Amino acid sequence: MSEQVQKAIAETGSTASLYREHEEWKVNSGERTVHAKRMPGRFRTLKYITESLWLILFFGAYLRWNGKQAILLDINNRQFHIFNLTILPQDIWMVALLLLLLAMTLFAVTSVASRVFCGYFCFQTAWVDLFTWVEEKIEGKPNARHKLDAAAWNGDKIRKKLIKHAIWLAISIFTGISFTIWFEDAFQYWHDLLSFNLSMLEWSVLIAFTLGTYILAGFLREQTCLWLCPYARIQGVMADSQTILPAYDVRRGEPRGRMLRTAFADEPKLGDCIDCFQCVQVCPTGVDIREGQQLGCITCGLCLDACDFVMDKVGRPRGLIRYASLDEMEGRPVKKLYQHPRTWVYVGILLLALSGIIYGLNHLGTLTLRVAPERQPLFVRMSDGSIQNKYTFKVLNKTDKDLYVKISAEGGVNGQIIIDADKQQLVHHGKASGFTVFVKAPDENIKQEVTNIKFRVENTEDPAMTAEYLTVFNGPKH
Amino acid sequence: MSDNHNSAGGVPTTGHVWDDDLADLTNQPPKWWMLGLTASAIWVVVYFLMYPAIPFAVNGTFFKGIGLPGTGKWTAIKELAEDQKVLDDVRSKYENKLKGMTPAAILADKELSEYVIRSGKVLFGDNCAACHGQNGIGTIDKHGLFAPVLNDDDWLYGGTIDNIHETIAGGRQGMMTPHKDSLKPEQIDAVAKYVKALSEGKGDSEQAGKKVFMESDCTACHGPDARGMQAMGSANLTDRIWRFDGSPEGIKRTVTDGVNAGPDSRIAVMPSFKTAGKLSDTEIKKLAVYVYKFGGGVKDDVPAAAPAAR
Repeated sequence: MSEQVQKAIAETGSTASLYREHEEWKVNSGERTVHAKRMPGRFRTLKYITESLWLILFFGAYLRWNGKQAILLDINNRQFHIFNLTILPQDIWMVALLLLLLAMTLFAVTSVASRVFCGYFCFQTAWVDLFTWVEEKIEGKPNARHKLDAAAWNGDKIRKKLIKHAIWLAISIFTGISFTIWFEDAFQYWHDLLSFNLSMLEWSVLIAFTLGTYILAGFLREQTCLWLCPYARIQGVMADSQTILPAYDVRRGEPRGRMLRTAFADEPKLGDCIDCFQCVQVCPTGVDIREGQQLGCITCGLCLDACDFVMDKVGRPRGLIRYASLDEMEGRPVKKLYQHPRTWVYVGILLLALSGIIYGLNHLGTLTLRVAPERQPLFVRMSDGSIQNKYTFKVLNKTDKDLYVKISAEGGVNGQIIIDADKQQLVHHGKASGFTVFVKAPDENIKQEVTNIKFRVENTEDPAMTAEYLTVFNGPKH
Repeated sequence: MSDNHNSAGGVPTTGHVWDDDLADLTNQPPKWWMLGLTASAIWVVVYFLMYPAIPFAVNGTFFKGIGLPGTGKWTAIKELAEDQKVLDDVRSKYENKLKGMTPAAILADKELSEYVIRSGKVLFGDNCAACHGQNGIGTIDKHGLFAPVLNDDDWLYGGTIDNIHETIAGGRQGMMTPHKDSLKPEQIDAVAKYVKALSEGKGDSEQAGKKVFMESDCTACHGPDARGMQAMGSANLTDRIWRFDGSPEGIKRTVTDGVNAGPDSRIAVMPSFKTAGKLSDTEIKKLAVYVYKFGGGVKDDVPAAAPAAR
């Protein structure tokens, strides 16, 4: 018998208690509340750090910038303020690119390291973690909680449950408030809230988010990930045999078996897994990772911490459960990251979306111009024989004050005249102002039915502030 | 006959058997369903009494129902009127102003002229487009242009805002004497060639026609310079725009048969929208501004007569 095994067996006295915590495992179908054990470890710490990013949701909206809320998604007035930037509905195409960017980031990360978002960043994961943390502080460790759930109702149980749900509700309300204040002035909202002066919509949003948080994080918990969340399903198919994910090393661990106090075999026939169920104990979604990769696994790495802890304890090397790809676990040659073409496709699309957004942000402009040529009639013959076209101008002024523009044109027909070109047009701030412009050109200079013409509007006080639009001048057939 | 694999379990059937072994069970519908049906039937009667649902209309009156508790008798007409009132309240701010304003003053006010263009578009479509075409592009029948194009800057009766308003309110009736009796066919031919050339700026190339034009009654209405007189609606013959048909044949027909002068003549009649009573004063003002803004409106300070053709 090797020295190592002897040593391990000698230590089973302290590991035996592990078995008392969990005797069996069934597929989680929701009829039983999962009370996961909290164990310290690398991934546990990492998870606390990543989850704390959500503090931004709670406190970011109070940040002020030039006397205004720094980030204000003002849907009522149809404009987004992000520090110095104001984004109007006309720039909303960038939001589409932003969504594409986020989706592709999710895909790329998932194809490399599986459901990183689910395990470390998702609000459902974070809020459930917070809620169960509160639960543990009040009701005790998982075993105590199971007992409490099964116990008859008495004063102590009522008191504990009451406190727990009160704290849960308080967190939920604060979540609802913190969500809403990104869409209107945070301080004004608090003022309105405390004086019970919210609008019907504001009350509805607050109640919906409070109840949503309370129910999803307090009661549905991992069930949300199992059957409610579409991303769980989408991300499941993003992983392939090259993707690294928390996996159980079957070849090393099997056959699993309990460490017995009295080992009578001369040679250890068992694998490294001592079947202590610690990996199941700590799993927030009630998964047994040793059954293989599965839908319920949010790849949070908590079972890695648990298993490493046990391996340390029984004196076997760490990493029986570790981040590894299917290729590695099955002994196939492991490819490098750059040999994963699918990831590069995601990264490519991601970069395209990103450059689109950067382009958009750099070309927001303060004036935009749209010109619609009249469709009926396309052109009019005037009494002197010249041809007149009518255009509807829409000028969007993104500055914060009204201004006047003058109109000029490039291209078009020789000798064309913009009627009343010297007239300054008022353009209101923050919205599109429309006016009509007529252009007249001598018939003999019109060479084709459709001639390109580029209009320009220019702020009368700031010649650098211009906008252009390319459209056409229509004429008769010659 | 096959064995019946789905025995009814002792529930009586209706007695009909299809396809050897299919029968209907005579189960009662669920109680909640029966209660719902009964409640619905009662509700139908209540609803029928509360709302104007009984189709008796005698002398324009109808059974208005006993009304809703609290809110009184409901009719669709009342609801429509309430909805319209909301709209009217929004508009009244502008409409009240328009009542006391001249068309020229409305035109000068940017906000108001924007407002009247919106309702002007609807009014034009309902009242004017039948002859003048959508957006005033004119309509053409087999004789040529049926009603004038309103987007250009050639106006028979003047193109200032007041002229246009007067035309819409009072209507117009064109007139031109037929010349089939006073002129010989070759004279008509010559004068037609002359005015055609005139519109292209080459009037002097047709001396024969010019002679006819100057010596017959043409100048009485169109003037010796052929530029017409807006006071009487005679057309300017020197510009490029033709009221009826600018082809040589078309011009000859106009000269031969005249306008509004007998069965063969051309027709040019615009009704008076004021006497027709269909449009209010404000609506006529709105239309005047709308038509002016088509692109041909003539500013008051500009001389009404168009400059000579090229």
